[in-house]
Amino acid sequence: TVKDLPLPRFVVSKNEQESRHTALYSSDADNPASYSGVIPPPPGRIQVKKGSVSHDAVQQRTSTDQQESTSPVVSPQQSPPTSPHAWRKHNRHPSGGNNERPLAGPGPFWAPFNEAQPGSSTTNDPIWSGHSPPPHQENWVSFADTPPTSALLAMHPASVQDQTTVRTVASATTANEIRRQSSSYDDPWKITDEQRQYYVNQFKTIQPDLNGFIPGSAAKEFFTKSKLPILELSHIWELSDFDKDGALTLDEFCAAFHLVVARKNGYDLPEKLPESLMPKLIDLEDSAETGEQPGEVGYASSPAEAPPSKSPSMPSLNQTWPELNQSSEQWETFSERSSSSQTLTQFDSNIAPADPDTAIVHPVPIRMTPSKIHMQEMELKRTGSDHANPTSPLLVKPSDLPEENKMSSSVKYTAGSTVTDGYSSSDSYTSDPEQIGSTVTRQRSHSGTSPDNTAPPPPPPRPHQSHSRSSSLDMNRSFSVTPGRQQQAGVVAYPPAVPPRPQPSQGPGPHVHRPVDAEGLIAHTTSTSPQQIPEQPNFADFSQFEAFAVSGVNKDDDDEIETHSESLQVEKSSDSASSLRVAKADGRVEDKVPANVPTTAGKGTTPLAPPPKPIRRRLKSEDELRPEAEEHTQKTGVIAAVLASQPSIPRSVGKDKKAIQASIRRNKETNTVLARLNSELQQQLKDVLEERISLEVQLEQLRPFSHL
Amino acid sequence: SCAPPQNYPLYIRSVPTENELKFHYTVHTSLDVVDEKISAMGKAMVDQRDLYLGLLYPTEDYKVYGYVTNSKVKFVMVVDSSNTALRDNEIRSMFRKLHNSYTDIMCNPFYNPGDRIHSRAFDNMVTSMMMQVC
Repeated sequence: TVKDLPLPRFVVSKNEQESRHTALYSSDADNPASYSGVIPPPPGRIQVKKGSVSHDAVQQRTSTDQQESTSPVVSPQQSPPTSPHAWRKHNRHPSGGNNERPLAGPGPFWAPFNEAQPGSSTTNDPIWSGHSPPPHQENWVSFADTPPTSALLAMHPASVQDQTTVRTVASATTANEIRRQSSSYDDPWKITDEQRQYYVNQFKTIQPDLNGFIPGSAAKEFFTKSKLPILELSHIWELSDFDKDGALTLDEFCAAFHLVVARKNGYDLPEKLPESLMPKLIDLEDSAETGEQPGEVGYASSPAEAPPSKSPSMPSLNQTWPELNQSSEQWETFSERSSSSQTLTQFDSNIAPADPDTAIVHPVPIRMTPSKIHMQEMELKRTGSDHANPTSPLLVKPSDLPEENKMSSSVKYTAGSTVTDGYSSSDSYTSDPEQIGSTVTRQRSHSGTSPDNTAPPPPPPRPHQSHSRSSSLDMNRSFSVTPGRQQQAGVVAYPPAVPPRPQPSQGPGPHVHRPVDAEGLIAHTTSTSPQQIPEQPNFADFSQFEAFAVSGVNKDDDDEIETHSESLQVEKSSDSASSLRVAKADGRVEDKVPANVPTTAGKGTTPLAPPPKPIRRRLKSEDELRPEAEEHTQKTGVIAAVLASQPSIPRSVGKDKKAIQASIRRNKETNTVLARLNSELQQQLKDVLEERISLEVQLEQLRPFSHL
Repeated sequence: SCAPPQNYPLYIRSVPTENELKFHYTVHTSLDVVDEKISAMGKAMVDQRDLYLGLLYPTEDYKVYGYVTNSKVKFVMVVDSSNTALRDNEIRSMFRKLHNSYTDIMCNPFYNPGDRIHSRAFDNMVTSMMMQVC
């Protein structure tokens, strides 16, 4: 029945309202009618008032204008902001022919606006659609129109809606129109198509170029014609001049015009610019009709919602924006300025999920030096191997991505010849594959490098990454012999990543180790890649990795871990580590248990620092044991332990895993830190932009005040 | 408090409603101190650092900070001395926000320079700022 509310009646009332503006509350019946005629003020607001004022009023209206029936409707329909309804009604009514009536009041200036109204109502519906069938929406619209003037700024969507519904019912004539319009619910502040077209036309009269600006003075004259008090015009200006540049773009102008119309119809001005009125960088049509609605629901004049919606350019994001904003208050400070905050926020959220496993190669500053040292150590240790030194760094590389230094070296190694380091990685690499193939316990070789892990804290994941990436696929293939460890693959991917850096570190003959490590890494890698990567920068990490591998790559596969560790080790021991690794690699190669088992064992050993070469050998043996010690969880502890006690390879079995885990954690932490840093920088950027704007303004002010 | 060259306040706001008159008086008297500093500063007044005048006048209960814009509009802030958490940087940032808001007001073509400031946005900004320190 509510639907039956005489929309037409509303139309009539609209006209009255228009003339009245302020008399909404006083005469419910009248207001609705007159209101509808006038430029549809944000229905939400008024309705809220109405609703709050009294259901009686509504009921009265209903009785008179059949709006009363809407009151019951009001409550349920609170969700959609009533204001949109009101607007819609206005639009509808005008279409019903009522427009002319209300327009009479404001005079020529506003008349055209009213005319524009009729068509605009269509867009209002979407908002309500969710709440009620179109007919209802219509009602709402009409209803909303009635209480335009009530001073309640806060639109209570519920009340407004109800009212609108009532009204819509009341206005039978426009019912049809309303239905059409109600199809699209929009918030009270939504600008209908007709309205917008009208605004655009007015804009053209002042500024033919639609992409240009209307200077403040011209806008002032134009809006002064509306006969609103200067104070209100000033407030409208503050709301609509989004970028605070003293000029109005088309969007800003439309928003300002819309606000003026609303005010003239009795709607109170909101404290914050409604989302639907935000100057959208996107096409107005789209944003107005689509983006606004989502954000506008229940928003209309509620300041609370305004904050997040300062990003005009992304109406669609508005909805998500608020969520983001809430999460990042910092953005709100910028919200005034632009949508950048939105973008930023979203960016933040994107950054948030730092997935260590995904070869997070974020630019974590990896310590090359330590790694180099490790590498050297490892290499020294490995001197036994025949591989050329350059290769050793390559071995380390498996995690190279993040650690360029190590990576490069290791990458080369793992990648095999592909690395451009100049290392004779290819040589070493090839050697490794061979080893790998022969020894499943490649991981162990990694573990050999793990001793390096202890030294450099850098995110172990990196080495892993390298594994995945750089660890030349070749290695994978080569390793495929062994139980297709992912690690191998990882290791393979690993090496190619960091070609340039390893060179310096590689110098010492870690190459030999590298190959071995690479192999091992490859075996482990995939799983532990993230760990490896961080380790790359530090050979120490690598050693840890190895240790992990030895200790048992619980995480993914022992192989992987080992590969990681190996890779890490490879990297780490660019110098010393390499030697170590070599030793390990040797061991590993022998054991070369591509299967996880061996790797873990190897990893256990790797965690130990490169220095303890002999330990490495033990690690190797442990590598074999590792498979058993796959308690992955130990990794974290292992890593720490490894770092701390590199010599204690024996217990590295569990440590490898821990090391890997630790490296993963480190990477994650690094990610979050970087994300935070990024957000902070963005904030700073905003601040700077604001300052710039203020300075520009000051500059302008200075001119007239030059005499001071 | 925001005062133009003619030294009449465009905007005065205080959080604790009591002793408001005292604050008003303090602000007015501090304008003299501001004028002194301005005259002593010379011509160049474009630098933000120059705009910030710093602690003007520490009394027994409170401190007075000053800030002047390029157009000789003065901002005076009185803070309670017990609020030791307020650092100079915070004061500066608050003044900068005030200045930004003021420039936003100036952008409004409906605003005549010299009018009292009624902008709601400005009010909100000031309120939020005061809430931060209180």
